[in-house]
Formats: sequence, structure tokens, C-alpha cells
Amino acid sequence: MIGGLFIYNHKGEVLISRVYRDDIGRNAVDAFRVNVIHARQQVRSPVTNIARTSFFHVKRSNIWLAAVTKQNVNAAMVFEFLYKMCDVMTAYFGKISEENIKNNFVLIYELLDEILDFGYPQNSETGALKTFITQQGIKGQFQTKEEQSQITSQVTGQIGWRREGIKYRRNELFLDVLESVNLLMSPQGQVLSAHVSGRVVMKSYLSGMPECKFGMNDKIVIDKQGKGGATDDAAKSGKQSIAIDDCTFHQCVRLSKFDSERSISFIPPDGEYELMRYRTTKDIILPFRVIPLVREVGRTKLEVKVVIKSNFKPSLLAQKIEVRIPTPLNTSGVQVICMKGKAKYKASENAIVWKIKRMAGMKESQISAEIELLPTNDKKKWARPPISMNFEVPFAPSGLKVRYLKVFESKLNYSDHDVIKWVRYIGRSGIYETRC
Amino acid sequence: MQEWANQLCENRQFGSKMTDSKYFTTTKKGEIFELKAELNSDKKEKKKEAVKKVIASMTVGKDVSALFPDVVNCMQTDNLELKKLVYLYLMNYAKSQPDMAIMAVNTFVKDCEDPNPLIRALAVRTMGCIRVDKITEYLCEPLRKCLKDEDPYVRKTAAVCVAKLHDINAQLVEDQGFLDTLKDLISDSNPMVVANAVAALSEIAESHPNSNLLDLNPQTINKLLTALNECTEWGQIFILDCLANYTPRDDRESQSICERVTPRLSHANSAVVLSAVKVLMKFMEMLPKDLDYYGTLLKKLAPPLVTLLSAEPELQYVALRNINLIVQRRPEIMKHEMKVFFVKYNDPIYVKLEKLDIMIRLASQANIAQVLAELKEYATEVDVDFVRKAVRAIGRCAIKVEQSAERCVSTLLDLIQTKVNYVVQEAIVVIKDIFRKYPNKYESVIATLCENLDSLDEPEARAAMIWIVGEYAERIDNADELLESFLEGFHDESTQVQLQLLTAIVKLFLKKPTETQELVQQVLSLATQDSDNPDLRDRGYIYWRLLSTDPVAAKEVVLAEKPLISEETDLIEPTLLEELICHIGTLASVYHKPPSAFVEGSRGVQHKRLPCSAGSGESVDSPETSSTAGVSDAPPAVIPSQGDLLGDLLNLDLTPTTTGPPPPAVSTGMQLGAMDLLGGGLDSLLGGDLGGNPAIGAGFGAAPAAMPASFGAPGSGGLDDLFDLGSGVGMPMGAYSPPKSVWLQAMKAKGLEISGTFARRAGVIQMEMTLTNKAMSVMTDFAIQFNRNSFGLSPAGPLQVLTPLSPNQSIEVALPLNTSGPVMKMDPLNNLQVAVKNNIDVFYFSCQYPISMLFVEDGKMERQIFLATWKDIPNENESQFQIKDCHLSSDAVSNKLQGSNIFTIAKRTVDGQDMLYLSVKLTNGIWVLAELRIQAGNPNYTISLKCRAPEVSQCVFQSYEAVLKN
Repeated sequence: MIGGLFIYNHKGEVLISRVYRDDIGRNAVDAFRVNVIHARQQVRSPVTNIARTSFFHVKRSNIWLAAVTKQNVNAAMVFEFLYKMCDVMTAYFGKISEENIKNNFVLIYELLDEILDFGYPQNSETGALKTFITQQGIKGQFQTKEEQSQITSQVTGQIGWRREGIKYRRNELFLDVLESVNLLMSPQGQVLSAHVSGRVVMKSYLSGMPECKFGMNDKIVIDKQGKGGATDDAAKSGKQSIAIDDCTFHQCVRLSKFDSERSISFIPPDGEYELMRYRTTKDIILPFRVIPLVREVGRTKLEVKVVIKSNFKPSLLAQKIEVRIPTPLNTSGVQVICMKGKAKYKASENAIVWKIKRMAGMKESQISAEIELLPTNDKKKWARPPISMNFEVPFAPSGLKVRYLKVFESKLNYSDHDVIKWVRYIGRSGIYETRC
Repeated sequence: MQEWANQLCENRQFGSKMTDSKYFTTTKKGEIFELKAELNSDKKEKKKEAVKKVIASMTVGKDVSALFPDVVNCMQTDNLELKKLVYLYLMNYAKSQPDMAIMAVNTFVKDCEDPNPLIRALAVRTMGCIRVDKITEYLCEPLRKCLKDEDPYVRKTAAVCVAKLHDINAQLVEDQGFLDTLKDLISDSNPMVVANAVAALSEIAESHPNSNLLDLNPQTINKLLTALNECTEWGQIFILDCLANYTPRDDRESQSICERVTPRLSHANSAVVLSAVKVLMKFMEMLPKDLDYYGTLLKKLAPPLVTLLSAEPELQYVALRNINLIVQRRPEIMKHEMKVFFVKYNDPIYVKLEKLDIMIRLASQANIAQVLAELKEYATEVDVDFVRKAVRAIGRCAIKVEQSAERCVSTLLDLIQTKVNYVVQEAIVVIKDIFRKYPNKYESVIATLCENLDSLDEPEARAAMIWIVGEYAERIDNADELLESFLEGFHDESTQVQLQLLTAIVKLFLKKPTETQELVQQVLSLATQDSDNPDLRDRGYIYWRLLSTDPVAAKEVVLAEKPLISEETDLIEPTLLEELICHIGTLASVYHKPPSAFVEGSRGVQHKRLPCSAGSGESVDSPETSSTAGVSDAPPAVIPSQGDLLGDLLNLDLTPTTTGPPPPAVSTGMQLGAMDLLGGGLDSLLGGDLGGNPAIGAGFGAAPAAMPASFGAPGSGGLDDLFDLGSGVGMPMGAYSPPKSVWLQAMKAKGLEISGTFARRAGVIQMEMTLTNKAMSVMTDFAIQFNRNSFGLSPAGPLQVLTPLSPNQSIEVALPLNTSGPVMKMDPLNNLQVAVKNNIDVFYFSCQYPISMLFVEDGKMERQIFLATWKDIPNENESQFQIKDCHLSSDAVSNKLQGSNIFTIAKRTVDGQDMLYLSVKLTNGIWVLAELRIQAGNPNYTISLKCRAPEVSQCVFQSYEAVLKN
């Protein structure tokens, strides 16, 4: 299991150090600094073995988090734990920065004592933690016996992510379907790989212990229902359903029920959380097509022309469009002409950045640039990194639709109809690249 | 170290916000005294502030142990936050101040009785972290109470505390009976208590490999599976990791567990998913392949594995390392998922390199075009390591998928044209392999390669290029010039290059003897006289001797046809792979090393194995195996029928995995090989028969002095003589041993040929083998293993091949056998299935042993007993055979049979017919009685065999026949 956990700033100075196992000594703190932090370029793996001690590290902005062990631990668990640790810290004090960590070191030690015991991760749901790790030490005395046992049963219980007795005057929930569409396209316009990784993020403000059921246009579910219902219906809905390659759920979702009936039922945590993640590869709507044309004119000049085409309903608007055209390292000057938006050559980033605020569907736009090159005797050819794109569109490129989210709370006097529900779809570019 | 703390202090003073960072500022002289005063202050707030300062100093590595009594004094407080800080301090310093730590005991004991469960748990949790004997003693009573506390939060904390205590004092935990209490907690109503108890028990069990601590049986498994649905994500991981150590009794149980584990594949936590994959991969081994569910399960595994690739990069890395193992074990799972392993421009380098590895493993005829297009793209990237690997991957594609070879070669040529130094070198290394795989096909590119000769500065690339020049010397006009140019700096080259250069020039000489005589002399004298490297020197001598003795033979040896190289490279050895599959998700799977390679102490020593696959035919339950199934080293519960030989043999642990042969063995191996080859030629050489080449003669004049004395021994197979002596020890007994026959053909075993026989010498059964290396590379790390067989034959020791087997070398090995191995009836009865491993692969063959070698020396039965037994055995157990064409007298027969431990009990003569009564005892205690009738003048004998186990009769008869006829 995890033998120790250290947090460092960018210089390698230790901000937090908590040792759980006897086999980890103080020298481990220095070993990581010397061998990993100070040798940044050489370390090419997130897991490093130094003198029979294994170090797992993740970085958040300038901060290094390192877990140390001498045993054959579950490596996936250690990383999941480090991410969770970051989430918990963010939930308590915001951004993970040197400043914030120093300002909250007592809290962090308290958290580390609670969520790792002898190196074994314990309940790390912020919802539960916040009920008893409060940084108001005195609170302990004012708790009644009932409150105390409520805390402990929640921390250890089956529904460790939600506490009892939550009350809202207005029962409301927000569903965000957030997708990132990834593409790798050949210069000829052939799709080399494309997939959507999506997340359903829920913000729930619901009283009591509501039982929820979530439905979407999952092909397997629709096909199943189609068999029972009218054939017309099935054909119609069949068209709109999507094939989901795989999905994973927040721990509140009953997985065995999903496995047997493919229904998604759960008691949600209070506030914001990620209900599910999914991945699709079939019938993806690619919101933009990039058509590059690069011509080398002699040894000192490049001509680049890039056309982008929007490929969705004309009534919809894409936003925050940015096209990034890489330029060679020996670029001396660039002239750009574009019909729409603004384009600039950024020497520090070795790229022409072309920004368009908004663009409707089924439109086309173009940029052309002339790149002057310094003559070099470097034999190595320019690697021609791909042209990448960023954007945001108000629909789900996978075609996913939320069909329902039903809420049942039998003990309190509100029904599914009383809950105000909001659904929003946002499609963003993930790694959206076209080779040139 | 405190610098930043100071700076921060200054910055902070402007802001009025009260934050904790100010505690990092106490670095002034005399601060310890100030702190001391503050710690003893009456004001609660001031105390707390002081403790915070102490903790801050502790964090940055400052020694504040002097404040121990003062801090401990603050422990008695109602303020939970303050209490936790003091505890933190205690955990750090108690060990260095054991006498003072005892001051804290009272408070701990009192806190363990606190009405607030959070405080009770805190006390027991902290107490377990204080590694001071005196405190440990006091811990037992509170811990016992806490293990049975009404509050689950306290129980789950106490469960982990048992593991802590065990780490400090294992004996104490056992004496106090905590292990039983911990086992009871597996049945606790609270899932988190169950999970922590499982984690604690697993850890304790790891340090007691043979204890039956984690007594996993169907009932406990059921409890674990129930808790799996309800506990936290971390708890699920503990439970799944524990489940993976269980070996189900049969395929049905295996399937039902798999069914209950598969829902975990949809968990958001990647570690839960990977641990579930581990359980499924392991239990799948037991499912029959024709089962529908088996196919369903295979299909279910791919999507979650692909999903792991959209996790954070660190987790992607862990996932990829594991997928690499899974793809090797079960390629069918990911075979359609090539695209997801395409490298993204912004992937971290460690993800890129791993993806590339998997791409090559998945490359097949169906996807090769796509893969090649990608690889070509990667070869133009920036990162040198990645580019090299991509180029190498193109070569591996060519070797793996024959249809793509041509395209790969032209891609490589394109890359060579880029003139990027490391790309060119890498390309040349892989082109050499392509030549080896497809001889006489792509030699047209040699010209292009030669153009780049000057730019090669890495040994591997230089060696590859030299090999190509030597191998194709007849097609390269200026081969001699090229090689000569390398020769100039001979002594500055690495050994790899020197060896290759030596061989290449000899090849050149054999192909174009007229122009290159001078060159070959030069290189031979460089190698033998001026080099300190024994490998190089020996190889030089070998060539020299060969060339001088018999140029025709030399040609045959040096220019022999090379065996083709295998398609897959970098495969993990099967036993290790199996072990790693049992460690999916863990560090072992990330390092691709068994835990023993990086874990100290007893924890890593246990080797895990996959369970045996279920036989599709009849399966025999053996009584001694079915009960012990449990911890990882439990024997498989189901004995496979013969049809599953492969699966079974794969399970055998052939290796002492981590330890290679000791380095000195390598050089002795070379010397032995040299001695063998030189044996014949030395005399003639010294006799001056040098083909009229005075230069070589002069060279050799010096040579013998440098040779070890044994080289002078008269030639002609001195080694063989030695072996004959060894094997002749048992001969006076006159036991029959069949001549050697070829058991394993070189064609089927990547160049390893094994022929052999069995013999009984001085009461010891021996398997006598000749191992011949017909491949081009040295073979090492031999090991042997038998499958279960009718008489429990098994090797009595390891296969003793002490020296590496060089190409074209043979070695005689006698392997003593015993009969204490596992028993399974074979058909035919004397069939023996064998697995032999070397550094290249594992090979399987089967052979039949003469049953006569199982006849023991004390097989002579008393007359009376013989008679009684003969009568006692029912007549249906009697079988009659004819032995034809035998012209021995009855006495000669008797003598001959006795040599093979077939004893004559009595002889009767009735009507000119000799009746011999014979007895034989097998190693497993079975007696076979015989009546042999020999009629004068009739070459056909009649034999009746009687035995309580009639199935051996046929074999025994065959032995009689064989013994008599030879």
C-alpha cells in the first residue's frame, strides 16, 4: 500500500509530507526531488523506481504530488487516489497552488489522516468529508450523539456520498451533456480516427434521499423497447438512437442493475458531480472539416491555404473557433489574409492562430498565408505537425439525447412533476487534428 | 529549505487574512524556547497556534523533537483539531523518544472510551501508528474493544489497525487472537468494515505465504461479492484484488463469479475496472472455450479497456502497460481496436511509446496498410526515442506480415533518404533483420545502404551494416574496401562490431579468396593477438583453425544457411506473462517484472499462477488436490485430460525466472566450444601443414602458448570420450537401453534438436539426451518439465546444461529421474510428455520409455509367495503373448533377463519344454509375474503374464521382447 505522500512546489521544496509506513524514510522525500523534479526531461514515466522504492507522481500546475511505496501496490489505484486527492483539495480550498496548500496545511494533514489509513484509501467523497472535517475543531463538542452516529454511518455506509435530511424549497436539477469530439484526419480528408468522449454532469438540488432514473437514446435500450412496441415506432426511434461503445458511472449508480437491465438508477450526491462518462465512435457528426494545402516554394517560402467548413444545421451557431496552423522553426515572417475572424502569427508558439467568434452551420471560410523561411543547413526536414482546431457547438456530436430523468422520493411530499429540470448540450473540440 | 517560508512571511504581513502559511515562518534563533513558552501558555488559542508552528517546522524537515513533552501536554484537550495535530506530531517523533511517548498512553486509552465514535476511531488509528513497544502493549485491550464497537466507523478503523499492529509485532497479533476477530469481520453487516478487513487480511496473509489465513471458500466468496456491490470504490478494489487470489473449484463456480464481477467494468474508477479485468482474465482460464459465455466475456473486455485510454495520461500509461500483457495472453480481445492506439500529437512521450508497442503487437494483414501509414508519420516526429522506435516498428511489421514487407522496405528507404542520422542507423539495423527473414529478395537496396556507411556511429548500426556487407560480399564490388575501412580503427570499436567484422571478413575471404588474403590475415591477427577479449580471441582461433585445416569445411560452417528468424520479438516469457496477468493493475504489471524483482523481504516472493484450464473431456478429481485449492500456490483442482496437454504444460513453472546463468558460464561455454572445434586441427597445424601460407603459420606459432593446457589434449572428440565414461558407469549391469531416437526435431523447435533414450543405471532411472543446437544463436537457460504420467516420473534435479550451447554444438546430458511426481494414466501407458525450455522458447514433445527401466532391483519374489500370488490373481488378469524368432537357451534367457531386473524364481522342464517362472516389480510396487515356455528347437516362445493391474501387461511384454532380442 501507499507508504507515504508528499507534495512539492516547482522547486522541489516539500510542502506536505505524510509517512504511513515504516519502510519509507525521510530520504525518500529527497530522492524524488533529486531524481524526478530536478531531472525533468530525463524522467519519462509517471512511475519511477529509485533504489527499490517506487514513486508515483502527478502534476497540477506547478505542484507535484507524489505517492511512495516499497510494495507491489495497485498502481491504478494509487493514481486514482492522487486524482481524488486533488479533487478533495479543490473542493475544500479551490485551486491547487503553493499558496493555497501552505494556507491550508493543517486541513490537508487532517484530510490525509482521514482518507488514507496505513496507506489504504478510505471514503474520500467530499460530501461526506465535509460533514466532519470542518476546520472548526470545536464543533465536535456540540454534536449530538445522533449527529455523530449519522456522520459515521454515512462515512461507512452504502450511500457514503449523500447525507440524510437535505431540504430545498425548490427542487431543481441541471443536466449538462458535455462532449469532446476527437478527430485525426489525413491531408486527403480521410478520417483516420474519430471518437466522442462525453460526460453527463448533474447538479442536483433535491430534498431527502431521491431515487433517480436516467434514460437516453441508447441503441440497446431503444431496440429492446422497439421489439415490444409498434414496428413504426421502432423504426423511427431506431434512427435517432446511438450506439454507445462503452460507459462508466459514478459510484452512486447501481452497476449490477445496469449490467442486467441497462437501466441507470441511483441516489445522487448533493450538488455537482459527474454521473457518467461514455464513448462513441459510430455516426459522429464532425462539426468542422479542415482542408489544408501546403506548398513549398523553393527552400525559403511556404504557401499555406486552409479552408474550414461547418457541417451542422444552419440555425445553430458555433463559438470560440480557433484554428492553429503550425509554422516551421526557421520562420522569419508571415503574411496572412483571411475573410473572416482574425489571424495572427505567434512566433513564440510557432503557429498562425486564426480566431473566429461565431460561425453558423453549413458555411465556409478560408485563410491563406505566405511563410518566409530563413535558409538553414539543418538536414532534418520540418516535421509538419498537424493543424488543430478548437470550437464549441450547442449540440452533442455523438447524437446523444436525454430522454428522461425521473425523480422519486416517497418519504417527502414532492413528485417527479414538481422538480424543475434543465438539460443543456455542449460539444467541444477534443484533439481535433488534420494532418497537412 | 525554509527560505520560501520566510519570503512568504513577509508577503503575508501585508495581507490581513489569517491563514496557516504564517506558521511556516518560525525560523529565528531561539524559536524553540519561544515555542516552548507558547505551548505551555494558558490560552487555548495560543497553544493551538504553537502546535501548528511545530507541525510546519516538522514538515520542512526541521528537528522539533525537543518539544516532545510540551506538545504531548497539549494532548488532553476537547479541541479535536488540536488533538489531531498533536497526534500527527506523536506519530513522527514517538519512535525517537520512546520513553516520553509513554506519557501519551493514558490519553489514548481514555480516548478509546470516548462517547464520540470519531474520537474513539482517531485514538485507535493513531495508536497503531506509534511504533513503540510499550505503547503497543497498551493497545491490545482498546483494540479488542474497538473491533467489536457498535459503530461501524470505529470497527473499520480497528480492522486496519490489526494490520498495523501485525507490522510491528506479528507474534502479538497471533497470540491475542486478533486474526480470528478480523476473519469474523468479513461477515460484518457494514460493507466498508468488510472491505478493510479484507485489505488487512490480504496484507497479513502476504507475509505468511503458507498460512490459510484468507480461508477463501464459496461462502466467504459470496460475502465478498455481496459487499462488492455496496462498498466504496476503494473497498471494491481491495475485494477484487483479494478475489483474484481465489481459485474456483470448477468452471461453473468460475462463471458465476465472473458474472457478478463484470458489472464493475462500468465503474468510473479505472482501478476498479483493471482489478475486475484481472479477476476475469484469471477465471476465464477455467472456462471451456466452447462455452457461449466464454465468447460473451471476451467481447465484454475490450470496451472498458479502450475507455481507460481516455483517462488521465498517468492512468493511460498504467492501462497501456497492462493492455500490452493482455494482448500477449489473449490477442483476440483487442484485435479490432487498432485505431485507438494511434498516437496523438500531444500524448506524453510515455504514452506514445507504449501505444507504439501495442500497435506492433496488433499489426496483421488486415490493418497493416493503416499501421504503416501511421508509423511513417511518427518517424518524422521530434522525440528521438519515439522516432527510433517507430522506425524499428516498421521493420518488425515487415517481418511479421509478409505481404507488407515490400512496402515496409520502400518506406525504410524513404526514411534513409531523409539523412537524419539516427533514423538512418535505426533503419539499417532493421533492414538487416528483413534480409534475414526474406533472403535473396531485397538485396537491391544494398547500394543505397552503402552510401550511408560514413554516417553510422552507433555500434548496433555499424555491426548491422558490416553483417550485410559480409553476407552479400559477392554482390558488393568494393566489399573489401568497405570492410578494410572499418578495420583501421579495429581496437576502438565495441565488441559487437569487432566480432561482426571478424566474421564478415572471413565470409568475404571464403567468397573471394584471391583478393582478400591479406585482409583476413590482418583481422585474424588483430583478433587473436592484440585483443584482450576472450570471446573475440576464441572466435579468431576457431576461424583460423577452420581455414587452415579444411577450407571446404570452413565454407560449410561459416556460410551455412541460416535459420529464419522468428516473427514475434520482445515477447514476455510465458511463465512470467502468466504471473504478470495475475498482477494486473499493480506495479508488477507496470514494470513487467515479477514483484520479487523490486519488493524487499518476504512479500514479493510468492509466485502467482493462472489456474488450469478446464478439460473438455473427462476430468479426474484427485483427492489430494481438491481440498487445498485456495491461496495462489494451490495446485489446480482439475486434472486436465490429455487433450489439454499444452495448457497444462504451459502452467508448469519452468524457470527460476529472475536468475540467469552466472556470467562466468558464458566464457567457459565459448572455450568448450572452441576446444571441440579445435580438437582435430591442432596437430596438423603444428605440423606446419598450413597450405603454404607462412604468415598464418607464424601467427599460429605464437598461438598455442596463449592457450590453456587442455587444448593440447589429443583431438578427436575428447569431450565425447568423457561423456562415454560417464554414461558407462551403469553398464556392467547389462540393463537394456534402447538406442537413441530423435524426440524433437530442430525444424519444430527453432533449431533445438533433442534425441534421447532411457536407461536404468545402478538403480537410477536416467533420461539420456543429446541436445544439438542447429540454430545460429547460442542457447542457454535450459530447463525441463514432465507432464503427469502413469508412473509419476519426474526429473530428480534440474537439467544440467552448465554451459551455453553454441551453434552447431551438441551436448550429452543425463537427467536422473525419480518416480515421486504426480500420476495420471496415459495412453499408451508408457507415454511421457515433456516440455523443454531454453532462452528462445518452450518446446513440447512426447516419447515412450521402455517400461523395463522401472523394474526395480529387489524384484525377486520368494518362491512360496510367488505361487500363492500366482493363484491369487484371477485368471481374467492373465494375458498370453508370443515372442518370435528367439534362439537363446533358457539359461541365456534367464541371464539376459536378470540384467534388466527380471528375475527367475524357478525353472521346470516338462516334456522337453523349459518353463521359467519370472517376477518383476515396478517402481510403484506393482508385481508382474510371468511364465515363459521355451520349447527346444522352436524359436517362438510363449509367455503368460499375470498381474493385479492387467493394463501394464502389454508394456511389460514389450520389454521382455526388447530385452530378449537385443
